[in-house]
Amino acid sequence: MTAEKQDLNKFRAEVSAWMKANKPADPGFLLPQTFMEVGSEEVLEFLRDWQRKVYDAGYIGLTWPKEYGGKGLPEEYQLAADEAMAHERVPIMLNVIGLGWAGPLVLKSGTDEEKQKYLKRILTAEDIWCQGFSEPDHGSDLGNAQTSAVKDGDDYVINGTKIWTTFGNYSKYMILLARTNPNTERKYDGLSFFLAPMDVPGVTAVPIQKITGEYGFTETFFDNARIPASCLMGEEGQGWRVAMQTLQFERSAEGGQATHYNFTPVTMGDLLQATENTTRDGQPLLKDPIVRDNLVKFLIEEKSLRLSATRAEIPALCQDYPFSLALSGKLRATEYFRRMRQYAISLQGGKGSLYVGDEGAIEGGFWQRAYFNNFSATIGGGTSQIQSNIIGQHVLGLPKS
Amino acid sequence: MTREMNYALSFDDEQAMIMKSAREFCKGKSSIQDVRELLGSDTGYDKKVWKAMVELGWPGIAIPESFGGIGLGIGSLVPLAESMGRYMLATPFFSATLAAQALLRGGTQSQKEEWLPQIADGLIATVALLDSEDWGADTINCTAVDAGDTLKLSGTKWLVGDAGVAELFVVSVKYQDKPSLVLVNAGQFPKSAIQRHTLIDETKRAFKVDFSGVEVEKSRLLDPALSESTIRDLMLIGALLTAAEATGTAAASLDNTVEYLKSRKQFNKLIGSYQALKHPTVDILNEMEAARSHLYHAATIMGDGPLSDDMEIACRMAKAQATEALLFAGDRDVQFHGGMGFTYECDAQLHIRRAQWSQQQFGDAYHHRKRLASLFFD
Ligand SMILES: Cc1cc2nc3c(=O)[nH]c(=O)nc-3n(C[C@H](O)[C@H](O)[C@H](O)COP(=O)(O)OP(=O)(O)OC[C@H]3O[C@@H](n4cnc5c(N)ncnc54)[C@H](O)[C@@H]3O)c2cc1C
Repeated sequence: MTAEKQDLNKFRAEVSAWMKANKPADPGFLLPQTFMEVGSEEVLEFLRDWQRKVYDAGYIGLTWPKEYGGKGLPEEYQLAADEAMAHERVPIMLNVIGLGWAGPLVLKSGTDEEKQKYLKRILTAEDIWCQGFSEPDHGSDLGNAQTSAVKDGDDYVINGTKIWTTFGNYSKYMILLARTNPNTERKYDGLSFFLAPMDVPGVTAVPIQKITGEYGFTETFFDNARIPASCLMGEEGQGWRVAMQTLQFERSAEGGQATHYNFTPVTMGDLLQATENTTRDGQPLLKDPIVRDNLVKFLIEEKSLRLSATRAEIPALCQDYPFSLALSGKLRATEYFRRMRQYAISLQGGKGSLYVGDEGAIEGGFWQRAYFNNFSATIGGGTSQIQSNIIGQHVLGLPKS
Repeated sequence: MTREMNYALSFDDEQAMIMKSAREFCKGKSSIQDVRELLGSDTGYDKKVWKAMVELGWPGIAIPESFGGIGLGIGSLVPLAESMGRYMLATPFFSATLAAQALLRGGTQSQKEEWLPQIADGLIATVALLDSEDWGADTINCTAVDAGDTLKLSGTKWLVGDAGVAELFVVSVKYQDKPSLVLVNAGQFPKSAIQRHTLIDETKRAFKVDFSGVEVEKSRLLDPALSESTIRDLMLIGALLTAAEATGTAAASLDNTVEYLKSRKQFNKLIGSYQALKHPTVDILNEMEAARSHLYHAATIMGDGPLSDDMEIACRMAKAQATEALLFAGDRDVQFHGGMGFTYECDAQLHIRRAQWSQQQFGDAYHHRKRLASLFFD
C-alpha cells in the first residue's frame, strides 16, 4: 500500500471515529434527508450548528485553499470524509448551494476579493446561499428567464419573480440569473449572473407550503431591488454560461465541492429492515413470491447504481457511449429512489395510510415523507424528462425535440 | 438484510487490450452481411473465422497456462462474449468454453491434461446439460449405469450447442443416484442420434442428442466429488456468458434503433425528435448500461475455484439484467421501425430473435431472481 493510501485510510478511520463520537442525539423531529426539506427555524439552526461543528473538526472544505478556510488537500480526502459521514448516517450538511455550487463557482471564476468575502462563511454556515434560477413561467425553459437587471450607476436594479427558491427565506446571498438585455437574438445572450445579497430593500421571500405540508422553499419577489454592480459575475451577457457551469457543479459533473454529503442515503437495507416484522395474509411478507421478486429487482437496480458510479471512473469501460454514465446518473438514481420509496409504502398494509404525526405510523411516517420529498430530486435540477432529452441528444445524438 | 453486498469493479490495461482486440476482430469478421449469409448455413459459423479465433488463442484464454491456455481467467471471457454479441458473431466459442470450464472445475488431472490443451488448440467441445425445458430442475433424467467395466448411458439432452460439429461432449447424468458428468466422443454414437432444433435465433445452432446406448469407460467420469458443484457453477458461468453476449446485442439493437430515429422522417420531422420514441430509447441505453456494470463487476470477482455466494449473486444479477435489457431493446427496435420493422430484411428481427434465445439460456430472469431471493431473504 502506498503512503498516500495509508494516510487516506487513517484519515477515513479518524473521521468515522469522530462522527461516531459526535453524532447528535435524536432531536425529536424527523431529520431532513436532503437540504430541500429544511422547513423551520428549529431544523435550520440544528443543522447550522452541526455543519459548523463538522467544519471546526476539519471534515468539510478539505480541497479548498487554506487562505479561504479550507485545507488544500486532494479530492480523495473529501470523498473519504463524505463516505464516512454517509456510513455513520449523521445529519446532512446544510449549506448545499454554497458548499456545492456557488462556492466551487467562486473558487473557479471569482476574484480574490469575492473568495475572501464568501468562501469561509459558506463553510461555517454563517451565510446561507440560495439559487434564483426558476421563475413561475420559466422552469425547464430556464434560458427564457425574464427577471430583469438594469444597470443604474453603481447598481443593478432587479425586478421580477423567482420561485421554488430553496432556503429563500434563510439566505444571505442568492446566485441569481437575470436578464440584462431583453433584445438579443438568442434568448441566452441576454442573461447575466449575479452573486446577489438578499438583505437589500425590495426583496421579499414568501414561503410556499410543500406537498408534505411543511415549508422549505419560497416565491421570491424583486421589486426595484438595488444590488451593487460589483455583484455581477463575469460580464453582462455571459450569464447562461456561468449558470451552466453552476449546473455542472450541481449535478456533480465537475468536482470542487466542499462536500458531497448533502443527502442521507435510503437503501434497500433500510427497506428490508422496515419490513422485517410485516405480515401479509398472516405470513411473513418476505415469504410472498411477488414481493420477493420485486425486492430483488430493486436490489439489482440499486447495485447497478453503485457499480455504474465506479465504472464511470474507468475510461476503458465508458468508450461506447461517452458521457452516458455521467449524464444519466441523476436520472437513474432519483427515479430509482422514487419507485423504491413508493413501493415501500405499498408494503405497509393499513399502516401505509398513516402519516407523520400518527403514533402508529411505521418509523414515524419516514417512508411517506421520503416518497413525497423525493420528487424534489426528480423535478429539481432539471426534471427527469429534461434529463432524458439531454441524454437522447448528447449521448445518442438524437435530434432535438 | 444481513448480507454485505460486494461492489468490486476494476479493469486493468491487459483487459482493456483484450477488449479492444475483441472489438476489432468481431467488427472485422462479422459484418451484418456476414451474419445474414450464415443464417441458412449448416454449421452457422465460418470455419476461417473460427480458425483465426483459435490462432488468437481465445478458446484457451481462460484455460491455465499449465494446460496449454493463456490463463487470463474467466473475467477475460466477458469482453470477448460482449463483442461477439455486439456483432452477432457466431462460432462454437461458447460451447467450447463451457466444456473447458467443466473440465477445469470438475475433471480429473489426467482428463485436464488430455483435453484442455486440445480445446485451447481449437478442438470443438460442448456441454449437454438440459434434459427438459426446466433450467431450474435439480433432477437429471439422463442416466449412467454400470455395465461391467463400462458405463451405459440413456436419455436425451436438449439444446446442446454446436453438437453437429462437436468432437467432445460433457454430459450430465445421474449415476449411482448422484449428479455426475461424463465425457463422450462424437464417434461414440450414430449421426442419427443428433437432431437439429429449429431455433428462434437463426444465428445459433443447437441440437437434441440421444445418448441412449452409448457406452464409455469409467475413466470418462469427471471427478465424482466435484460434479455437483461443477454443474452448478457451469449453469452460472453459462448465464454470465449469455448475459455478456446479450448485452453486446442490446447495444447493437440500440444502435440500429438510433440510426433509424436519426434518418426517418414523418410529418416533416425526424422521428427521433418525438419523445415517445426518444425517451424509451434512452431507457434502453440505461438498462444496457446497468447490465454492463453488473457484467464487469462479475468479471472482476470471478475466479477459477468453486463460485462463492458473491460470484453467484453477480452472475445471476448480470443475467437477469442483461436479458431483460435485450428483450426491451429488441422489442422496441421492431416497433420503432414501423412496417419496416416487421420485415425479415430489417435487422431488428435478428435482435428480437436473439433476445428470445438469450432469455431462455441458462435460466430466464425470473428464475435467477428467485434464486437471488433465497440468497437474500431465507
Ligand atoms: C423541491 C424543489 C426545490 C427547488 N429548488 C430550486 C431552487 O432552489 N432554485 C431554483 O431556481 N429552482 C428550484 N427548483 C425548481 C426546479 O428547478 C424546477 O421546478 C424545474 O426545473 C422544473 O421547472 P417547472 O417547475 O417550471 O416545470 P415545467 O418546466 O413547467 O415542467 C412541467 C412538466 O413538463 C415537463 N417538460 C417541460 N419541458 C419539457 C420538454 N422539453 N420535454 C419533455 N417534458 C418537458 C417537465 O418534465 C415536467 O414534468 C426546485 C424545485 C423543487 C421541486
